[in-house]
Formats: sequence, structure tokens, C-alpha cells
Amino acid sequence: MTALLEVKNLTKAFVGLVAVNDVSFSLQAGRITALIGPNGAGKTTCFNLVAGALRPTAGQVLFEGCSLEREPPEAVCRMGIARTFQIVRPMKDMSVLENAMVGAFSWTTNVKEARDKAYESLENVGLAGKANARTDQLTLPDRKMLEMAKALSTRPKLLLLDEVMAGLRPTEAAGVVGVLHRLAESGLTILLVEHVMRIVMEVASTVVVLHHGVKIAEGKPSEVVADPAVLESYLGAGFHA
Amino acid sequence: MQRTSDQASDTKRWGAGALVFAALAMVGGMSNAYVISLLTIVLLFTFLGQSWNLMLGIGGQLSIGHALFVGIGAYAVAILNIKYGVTPWIGLLLGAVIAGFVGAVLAWLSFRFEVRGIYFALLTIAAAEFARIMFGGWDYVGGMQGLFYQAPSGTMDLGMLRGDARFYYFVALALAAIGVAGTELISRSYWGYVWRAMRDDDEAARALGVRTFRHKVLVVSISAATAAIGGGVLGLVQGAIFPDSIMGMAISVDVLIGPVVGGLGTAFGPLVGSMAAIPLHHAMGALGDSLGLPGLNSVAYGAVLILVVWFLPDGIWPAIVRLYGAIQLPARGRISQLRKAEE
Repeated sequence: MTALLEVKNLTKAFVGLVAVNDVSFSLQAGRITALIGPNGAGKTTCFNLVAGALRPTAGQVLFEGCSLEREPPEAVCRMGIARTFQIVRPMKDMSVLENAMVGAFSWTTNVKEARDKAYESLENVGLAGKANARTDQLTLPDRKMLEMAKALSTRPKLLLLDEVMAGLRPTEAAGVVGVLHRLAESGLTILLVEHVMRIVMEVASTVVVLHHGVKIAEGKPSEVVADPAVLESYLGAGFHA
Repeated sequence: MQRTSDQASDTKRWGAGALVFAALAMVGGMSNAYVISLLTIVLLFTFLGQSWNLMLGIGGQLSIGHALFVGIGAYAVAILNIKYGVTPWIGLLLGAVIAGFVGAVLAWLSFRFEVRGIYFALLTIAAAEFARIMFGGWDYVGGMQGLFYQAPSGTMDLGMLRGDARFYYFVALALAAIGVAGTELISRSYWGYVWRAMRDDDEAARALGVRTFRHKVLVVSISAATAAIGGGVLGLVQGAIFPDSIMGMAISVDVLIGPVVGGLGTAFGPLVGSMAAIPLHHAMGALGDSLGLPGLNSVAYGAVLILVVWFLPDGIWPAIVRLYGAIQLPARGRISQLRKAEE
């Protein structure tokens, strides 16, 4: 099995704080990998390093063998990595369809082609019926889905999802889980940063656990939840399963 | 089904635009000299407003120094024509190229060093004021005394862009039509989509692969080039250009008042805004003169701006569209109820 993305000894130091410390992991093509950890573990920093929004202090991010830790976000996107934002960011004066079209312009300048791709992305996440709506008419789950549709329009090989389930009710989250499974089956590789453990257990084939910026575990979800170091980080020292 | 309704509203919009401009052409054929000269200015500032609107309303970059580009265009046409007898067509082209280049350099330097938003706007004022003072002290271009075109002979000459007031009215009308149609076409093109995306959220646009740096430079450059074309014609219409008037702050304000009052980012807004604001400006100027109250026109400008920003923050044109929609919707609802009743 080939690794689509390899993170090698990634370190990010902010003034007085090492947010990500010597973290290495790799993403297998066509799989869903989850990056989890308690608050302040460095998940989002790690995510932003991969997406090109932050520059690492040390270490490497290799995508299909190309180094991308010096690339700006737009170049990272054009290489085939699309991301969503934890706090949804629709383009507020553009319709749902137009929002979904923007991503397609990373690989085409043809408006019709972009529109077709946008409809396809919206269909993929179940938003096709609201294509002409304004973004402020969407519910929160729909806005989260729009973030995914925008990212899908860029024709990514790797999709980075930052807490896409946060703030959703269980039934709404179940809908997202369905979408993620469908996307993975179509061959897309997905990395999700997630808080909600139950969902991670359901969708991820591999879980990487961070704590205080350090990777403390990696493996199948069932293995990881039984790992004493993981239990300790989530529940505090002295807890035994 | 949604796509066909898009097409239907497209046809409607273009039809409505064609009707408006046909009506304006008829006005040009019938009206007296005063109305013609006033409307010529309105239409020229519709075009200039479109240029400014492209930059802020679609590209999200604020300029308060558009007089710089207007002035470059006016001087390019005037210098070539008055000093060398070259046709204004060449001057318009050259002015657009120079202004486009100046705009690109200004934007490149500014965005390269992270000077953005309101700080970029301040830089545009500084650049315009710098150019105004430079041209005022430059003897070759007439300094503060400016440049004068030969009085028009009254015979129409399309090749030299000379003619009577009615001729310039139709030149301005053509420019305004190009401005409105061009805005409509651009905002629905590849450029329009990525510009609006970066206007709404720069970081999110970059995450979707939009190279916002080059697109910002591009939108400023195109806006500058089109402003120069409007400026070149404005100089011809006025018959003379002076650095204080063609490159002054007043021009920068006149350029932005149409789109701000009419509706930012819309194709019709600058036309509607200019139609509302410029005649009011002139009428208040005349009233002020007869009452011995100079400056009444500027007070009126300020009052209109405050009222529009207060009551119609997206401008007059979007308010008209909303009102039209509000009348249409209940009517459609009644018709569908009637149909149901029939069944």
C-alpha cells in the first residue's frame, strides 16, 4: 500500500510553545485517517501545516513524493489537497452554487465546466436542491456540507476536514458519516481532525492520537482506544480500563 | 429546471438593459443642449463608476484615488492630440496601457508588502495627490494652466473623436453601455467568480486554489485602464484639462458616488447612482449660486450619501430589485392558487 501523504518529524514552535513536536505519520490512499487528541493537543496546528496555512519550524510534508511545506495554500490546493475550515466560511454574497464553483476554477477557466462540477459536488453532499439559495439561508449542517462541496470542486486527491461534525446533532452527524464513506469508496483519501470519538470509531480506518503536540498512538480505532497512554491523555493519570 | 430559470432571468436582464439604453438614445436625439451636456457627464461617470465598481464591488479592493487613472488617461489623450495632432483613439489606448501599468505596479508593491484594505486605499490617495502635484509643476504639460483643446468646428469627425455636444453624448452613451454590459459579462466569467470569492473571503479563496495575489493586481490594473479611457473622453468633453480638476480628490469622489449610491457590485448600480447624484449635484450648485450659498452642492452630496448609507446600505438599485421581487412574488402566488382552485 502506498502512502499518499507522508508527514516526517513535523515540528511547529510558537513563541514559548511547541504546538507540534516531531510528529510523523502517513496517509494511505483511499483511506480515512483521523487525527484526534484532547483540547490543545496540536491537531489543528498539524492540520494547518499540511494545508500550507502555516510554515513548519522543522520537518517535512511529502505529498506524492513532493515536498510542500514551503508552498502557499493556493499551491497546496492546486497539487490536489483541499481543506475545510473549522468555522464555516461561505462566500456570503455568492449563491450556494457559485460558492461550489470557485473551487473548480483551480483547474478550469471554463464557466460551464465549473458549473457542472459544482452541481456534481453539491449532489455528492446532498445540497443540489439548494443550489440557488443564498448561503445565509442554509442551516449549520448544510453549511458544513457546503464547505465540503467547495473543497470537492477542486478535484482533490486528499481531503482535509477540520472538525466537520462539531456542533451537529447525532442524526445530522450520521448523514455526514454516510457522505464520508461514499467519498472514501470513490477513492478519495480523507484526513479528519475530530473531537467526537464515536464518529471517529465509525469512519476512520486509522487513528493518530496527539497529546501536547506529541504523537502518543497510531493504529486501528479499536486498538487506539484500548491504549493506556491514550486513556491517560483523555481521562487523566490513574485511570485504568 | 433551475438552469432554465437562470437563462430566463438572463434574457430579462439583457432585455431590460437594451430597453434602458434605447430610451437613453432617444433622449439624446430629442433633448436640449443643457440636458444633453448634463446627461453626457452622468453617462461618463457611469462608465468611470463601473471601473471603480469592478475594483471594489467585484474585486474587493478599495481605491479613493481613482483620479490618478482618470488623469493619466486625460493627459495621454490631450498631450498626443494637442501637441502632436495624434488621434484620440491612440491616446485612449496608450493612456489605458500606462494607467494599467501604473495600477499594476501600485497594487504589486502594496500587496507584496501586505499593505491591504484601508491602507491600500490611503496609498491610492497619496499616489493621486503625488501625480496631481507633479503634473502641476510640469511645464511640458502646461503646469497648473493645463492644456486646451482647439474649439470644436462643429463637424463630426469620428476618426479624431471631435464633434458637437450631441456627438459626445452618444460617445458617452456607448461607453456607459459597454460599462454596464462589461460588468455583467465579467462578473459571470472566470475572473468574476474568483474575484468575488477573494472579495468575500481572501483566505478561504486561497484554500480553494485562487491565486489571490495575481488576481488583485489584475483587477486593479484593469480598473485603472478602464478609468483612463473614461478620463480621456472626459478631457475631450470638457475641452480643457487642469491637474487640480482632472486629478483632484473631487474626481475620486465623483467616481465612487455612482456605485455607492446606486449599488456596489451591480451592473446597473453605477448608472442609477449617477442618474440620481449628478443632476442633484448640478441643481443644488445652481440653486446655491442663485441663493448666494456656494457649496450647497457639496452639502447635497453629503446628505445623499448619508441617507443612502443609512436607509439603503446596499444602494438604490438592489432596493429596486427587492421591491420588484416583493410585488412579483405575491402575484405569482395568487396565480398558482387560482390554478389550484381550477383543478
